[in-house]
Amino acid sequence: MSFDPRERLERSTPPWLFGVSLAAMAPHVLFVPHWLALSSALLVLWAFRRWQRDEPMPARGLLTLATLAALAGLAVEYRTLLGRDAGMGMLLLFCPLKLLEIRTRRDAMVLIVLAYFLLLTHFFHAQDILSAAWTFGCVALTLLAQIRLQAGQRLPLRPQLQLAGRLCLQGLPFLIVLFLLFPRIQGPLWGLPQDAFSGRTGLSDSMSPGDIATLVQSGDIALRTRFFGPVPSTAQRYWRGPVLDAFDGRIWRPTPLRTPPPRIEALGPGLDYELTLEAAPQNWLLALDAPTQLPEKSSLDGQLTARTAAPLTERTRVRLQSALIYRFNVDETPAVRMHNLQLPPRFNPRTLALAAEWQQAEQNPEALVRRALKYFTENDFHYTLEPPRLGIHSVDEFLFSTRRGFCEHYAAAFVVLMRAAGIPARVVTGYQGGELNPLDGYVVVRQSDAHAWAEVWLAGRGWVRVDPTAAVSPDRIETGIGRALASTDGLPLVVRAEWLRDLRQRWEALNNQWNQYVLGYDEFRQRNLLATLGLETVDWQTLAIFLGGSIATLLLALLAWTLRPQRSTDPARQLWQQALRQLQRSKVDCAPWETPLCLLARVEQTAPGLAPRFSAVVDAYLAVRYGNQTDLTDLRAAVARLASRRTD
Amino acid sequence: MAQPHAFRFSWRPRVPARLIPPFLRPRPDGEAPFCLTQRRIYILPSGQGLLYALLLIAMLLTAINYSLALGHALVFLLAGIALAGMLETFRNMHGLWLGAGSSPPVFAGEAARFELLLDNRSTRHRPALRLRAGPALEIETHLDPQQLQRLIVPLPTTQRGWLFLPRLRLSTRYPLGLYVAWAYPQPSMRCLVYPTPIEMPLPAAAGGEAGPLSQQRGDDDFAGLRERQPADALNHVAWKIDARHDGARPLLIKEFGSGSETALMLDWALTATVNDAETRISMLTGWVLAAEAAGRRYALTLPDQQLPLGSGPAHRHACLQALALCVPTP
Repeated sequence: MSFDPRERLERSTPPWLFGVSLAAMAPHVLFVPHWLALSSALLVLWAFRRWQRDEPMPARGLLTLATLAALAGLAVEYRTLLGRDAGMGMLLLFCPLKLLEIRTRRDAMVLIVLAYFLLLTHFFHAQDILSAAWTFGCVALTLLAQIRLQAGQRLPLRPQLQLAGRLCLQGLPFLIVLFLLFPRIQGPLWGLPQDAFSGRTGLSDSMSPGDIATLVQSGDIALRTRFFGPVPSTAQRYWRGPVLDAFDGRIWRPTPLRTPPPRIEALGPGLDYELTLEAAPQNWLLALDAPTQLPEKSSLDGQLTARTAAPLTERTRVRLQSALIYRFNVDETPAVRMHNLQLPPRFNPRTLALAAEWQQAEQNPEALVRRALKYFTENDFHYTLEPPRLGIHSVDEFLFSTRRGFCEHYAAAFVVLMRAAGIPARVVTGYQGGELNPLDGYVVVRQSDAHAWAEVWLAGRGWVRVDPTAAVSPDRIETGIGRALASTDGLPLVVRAEWLRDLRQRWEALNNQWNQYVLGYDEFRQRNLLATLGLETVDWQTLAIFLGGSIATLLLALLAWTLRPQRSTDPARQLWQQALRQLQRSKVDCAPWETPLCLLARVEQTAPGLAPRFSAVVDAYLAVRYGNQTDLTDLRAAVARLASRRTD
Repeated sequence: MAQPHAFRFSWRPRVPARLIPPFLRPRPDGEAPFCLTQRRIYILPSGQGLLYALLLIAMLLTAINYSLALGHALVFLLAGIALAGMLETFRNMHGLWLGAGSSPPVFAGEAARFELLLDNRSTRHRPALRLRAGPALEIETHLDPQQLQRLIVPLPTTQRGWLFLPRLRLSTRYPLGLYVAWAYPQPSMRCLVYPTPIEMPLPAAAGGEAGPLSQQRGDDDFAGLRERQPADALNHVAWKIDARHDGARPLLIKEFGSGSETALMLDWALTATVNDAETRISMLTGWVLAAEAAGRRYALTLPDQQLPLGSGPAHRHACLQALALCVPTP
């Protein structure tokens, strides 16, 4: 490998490249396996030591070996070399490996390109405000390195910093115009790899004791809502997820039973709202009970759960309408009613016996429901996130001995009781409550607001929501989970701590703006924006012309600014003019045709007192103009003397 | 070899000039300082710029595929920076003043030194300017704000005559390396290349006039020291003195037995023993140098002109110039 020696890097350049790589790799450390982060760091350290001792690049064989080892490690870790995570791992290892063999400017440029790509991959993990700020800083640092690479040591740091800052600022208008006008293409261009959603949490579509207790630990946001109108009270906000109606003694699951579309009878006014759902591998829309209007490409199933056609691969914003007071399937089919009475045989004998006893005593199903709820309030039931483990007859154990549980325990036990007493019932999962942020009016629902409740079918009233958790712990429903639990119960701090609330709400309002307007800028918002700009119906040609025109305008404006005429920048000439002004005060004017020497001759005759000092100015000026002198200090000093003596 | 390459622009293309579109025709810029304006600066993406463009496309596809809003933003920011960087590259050349400096005569075989004046009248640095002169030479320089830089372009010489400044290409990739901006400044500069001197004893019968024969410089008695001229033989160098001064001073020549002050008539005809015209010119060059070094008055007669008797630097230059530009009749 031969290269042009002029292209060789200066010795002081590699530290900049080390800095660039470290800054680009740093945020990944939180998300990749430890061995990967450690080897990247060690490789950078190795490259740094080699640079410190001024060693040549390692033998080619050694580098090949290191590359192969890196690939092998990635293949073992991710079981593939394709896909998002493995690709990111490759970047993380190749970036420092490239550092080891950097000799020319071209090598350095390859490294800078790798670093830019690494910055992009950081957004797989996080796109919040802090990530954006960090990335912007990294871009500025990389620019500095790039400028350093071209300019070399001769350029002092100050102009280098100024230039990097100016370039960043000049890039911003292009960023804004392109961000707003560049056509947004929806959805993946090619199949998303399997690992696209790894590490994200959400509701699951089955339930067994313990599931939701783990979900509660997460303070992540599940959805945000903006109500166009009054915000309903906390106790009214039930966001419906999947309905679980098949019980095998241990696990509740949804059944694939074919049901006719739901028949909803709204008894109150419709409530308009906008949901912003975080990305999740499922397709539930999590509408408020009961949805009356749905967005496009979504539908209601027979159990009132709204679903979209495809999983929510990204943060999605939809508009819905719900009626909070409603009647649902008053004329439920017998098949569905039968299905919701099923119980596994030979499980929970004591519960069945208790239900049979109640059925004897009460004729009215509504009274039965009340009796069951009363059972929860009158006995010593506790609401906790850390319930004891339950054996085979889980409902028996919960109802008669442990009596400590979380919403899903109560919902499951209540449904079993109802079914055993001959009332069709099922478990509904979803989110309940959420927190109103007074700063921006959004209701924020977190994973910790995940909830399970029951629904019973009563003749003449249809499916009616019954929340047994409310009977045990009314706080959970009225004010949110933060007050329902003792502070030892392991909830995330952001949900519990009162004193952090204000600060957190401000930060979240800001984040919400960010999510809504920056991250949530999509095809739809783009069309709205173009409509306000007067482009109601745009085809892609018009958009391309519009976009090209905007960029060209920006570029021309920048060009005009860049090439704006500078003030007279010849300092020698400025000093000479200054000296001539001094002469004018002594009544000696310089004629336009007079050379400095002619002028001096005239000064010697008309103002002999001034002549020696002016002579020094002329000598210095001529030396700068026509001689070998490039330094202006003499001239400056001579002009200063001419000025100072005059005032004596 | 027979024809010196005087009056030929070495960069003139083989294509007849009238076939070249006017804006591409190389024009010398004259001797006064001139400014690089936007009409003279060309700019194109460099190889690294194409790599960067590929990077942006790959990043954009990734951002679209994974619906990364900030990924879009990053790509657009980098694109905007690249566009702004294009203007910065352009500005690094724009408004630079160039002028012709001196180019003192040299003997063929020595390096001609063309002095270019780069005048940065702006208040910004102009880093990483590359000047290419001819196929082999490339110089990288950096101009501080308000700096007037004298840049020496050394060029090898092989033939006597005028050596014109070859086609210059001034280029820069600063600040991002993604673009290369270049211009072809062409200050009118030429350097006189004297013929290579051949060390020869001064002719014995040089006296064209009726004077006594000029006494040849002898090798017998040591007469003094003088600075070495390129034509002096190495065996006359005072090596011991040079060693004493550790090579810090120019080489000195031992002079022997200086002759009388008789006038020397250096005539083309005296070299008739040699056939090759270039060798004859070189011999005469050697004599001119020797006569000047010996402090004697001399005249020069060439096929195309005659120079009267004289001595001193001006006369020496006149003689050497006549020799350099001499067109011997075949």
